Amino acid sequence: MLKDITLGQYFPADSVVHRLDPRTKLVLLIMYIVAVFIVKDIWVFGLVLGFMLFMTAMSKVPLNYVLKAIKPMRLLLPLMFLLNLFMIRTGDTIVSWRFITITTGGVRQALFIVLRLIALVTGASLLTLTTTPVSLTEGLERLLSPLKIIKFPAHELAMMMTIALRFIPTLLEEADKIMKAQLARGADLESGNIFKRAKAMLPILIPLFVNSFRRAEELALAMESRCYHGGEGRTRLKVLKFGWRDLWAILIMAALIAAVVILQSNLDIDGYIIGLLRPLWTRSA
Amino acid sequence: MPIVIEKLTYTYQSGSVNAFTALKDIDLTIKDGEFVGLIGHTGSGKSTLIQQLNGLMQPTSGRVIVDGYDMSDKKQRAKGRSLVGMVFQYPDYQLFDETVYKDISFGPRNMKLDNDEIDRRVREAMRLVGLDFDEFAEKSPFELSGGEKRRTALAGIIAMYPKYLVLDEPMAGLDPAGRRAVLEMIDGFRSQLGCAVVMVSHSMDDIARSAEKVVVLRDGRIFTCGTPQEIFSLADELYEMGLEPPFAARMASDLRRRGLLLPHGIYTNEALAAALAEYKGGRGNA
Ligand SMILES: Nc1ncnc2c1ncn2[C@@H]1O[C@H](COP(=O)(O)OP(=O)(O)OP(=O)(O)O)[C@@H](O)[C@H]1O
Ligand SMILES: [Mg+2]
Repeated sequence: MLKDITLGQYFPADSVVHRLDPRTKLVLLIMYIVAVFIVKDIWVFGLVLGFMLFMTAMSKVPLNYVLKAIKPMRLLLPLMFLLNLFMIRTGDTIVSWRFITITTGGVRQALFIVLRLIALVTGASLLTLTTTPVSLTEGLERLLSPLKIIKFPAHELAMMMTIALRFIPTLLEEADKIMKAQLARGADLESGNIFKRAKAMLPILIPLFVNSFRRAEELALAMESRCYHGGEGRTRLKVLKFGWRDLWAILIMAALIAAVVILQSNLDIDGYIIGLLRPLWTRSA
Repeated sequence: MPIVIEKLTYTYQSGSVNAFTALKDIDLTIKDGEFVGLIGHTGSGKSTLIQQLNGLMQPTSGRVIVDGYDMSDKKQRAKGRSLVGMVFQYPDYQLFDETVYKDISFGPRNMKLDNDEIDRRVREAMRLVGLDFDEFAEKSPFELSGGEKRRTALAGIIAMYPKYLVLDEPMAGLDPAGRRAVLEMIDGFRSQLGCAVVMVSHSMDDIARSAEKVVVLRDGRIFTCGTPQEIFSLADELYEMGLEPPFAARMASDLRRRGLLLPHGIYTNEALAAALAEYKGGRGNA
């Protein structure tokens, strides 16, 4: 059950997306997030999602791998949708029955929230699926390195991320083993109310923490005994190179943002469609 | 009633690209009170097999029946599981409570025993594993040495009075005195509690000393199964698998090659010593 988590898992394949410089991919992700947030028109959102599908196809990662990232949100998404649907009261009223009121603004907002979350999570998971943790953190370190002038610990941050990513599978595996050891002693993790269950987790959490602290200490010792002393003067085995491919990728992404801005400032497709549908609710109301 | 394993097959991550069949077509019976040694090369599926015994893993196909309880049924599993005590290789996965006493009583408490019974069992378990009650009961399990942690972990299982005690490499990482102590402890519970023991070990000498039945796994299948005498006479096959017969068996076969007429089927140091003494006696008389 712990194995469901795909975020942070690398999917090995040989594709243009895999070969992009990790810095480029990080910048692309940031630009993509900007695009997701400036979209104000549901129909323009199709463009962003289309771009996402296009990137997925280019990356040769099976679509269901990318979509798996949504699975942990399968409760959150419907909840967000319903909350927005019922709480937001702007625009025309579509349904008004006792205490339930649904408005065009509510429908739009609800759709938006869900689409945005899906777009963000799948975008981020595409990045981790196509980039090894090592090159990802290296990219991050290089992107942040100009900030070293103001004493920002870019190298340390990247190293911390590398280590954290490296140990996620180890931790999951260990949690699994501990769970088995306690189940074998008759631990009951499934019944009782929420407080009982939280308390029942203690026999699993305590060994997990104790072992993690011990491992952290051992890792620190092992690193120091191999003369690790931070980022200063450290050289790279593989030097990152920014190529034409990277330039093209960024230009395409810039074009997407431009298209979004231009489309929604010149056309009001949502308004038009709402206008078309208006007779539906004005008559019934 | 025994533990019966029928046609068991287990596949890790079945259905995915990484699917790996770790156990194939296993048929095995563990009788009451029996001492079964489980050996096999690294990755042969030993740990996977013993985790099927108390339903921590569900077979991909086949069945595991513990004393008549079918372990694939959720309700029966809980009953079957309470009969099988499982000791994992690393005590660090198990110890969690504030004191050794509380940690050992975790299992019995989950069994909903009354306090007097729990107290009695904890004391008994500590005595059996050789932990002095006054010295250790109130200590934190995290400030113990490796060997003491292992004893505490063992005591935590023993206090549940399992009918089957399953141990995954219980002696890994212990010094010779520690190994001997653990083996003696296991023999001790066996005679006192009358439980059956299934022990995974890479040390043939330890298996030779205690086991009544030896099961050899190879690439997820049962390669052979029999008395230690039968198994350890298959020296060549064991070598080929990356295993090694016990020291006494190797020595006896070397001596035979040198022309000493020792009987076959020697696999413990005691038997070898006896055979050599007899040999010397025989030659002296001649
Ligand atoms: N979680 C898992 N996912 C996939 N394969 C696994 C998993 N755990 C174990 N395996 C594989 O199953 C096989 C059997 O593993 P198992 O741990 O049972 O071996 P073992 O006989 O206990 O070995 P050892 O002597 O090293 O402890 C191994 O080849 C291993 O790679
Ligand atoms: Mg093992």
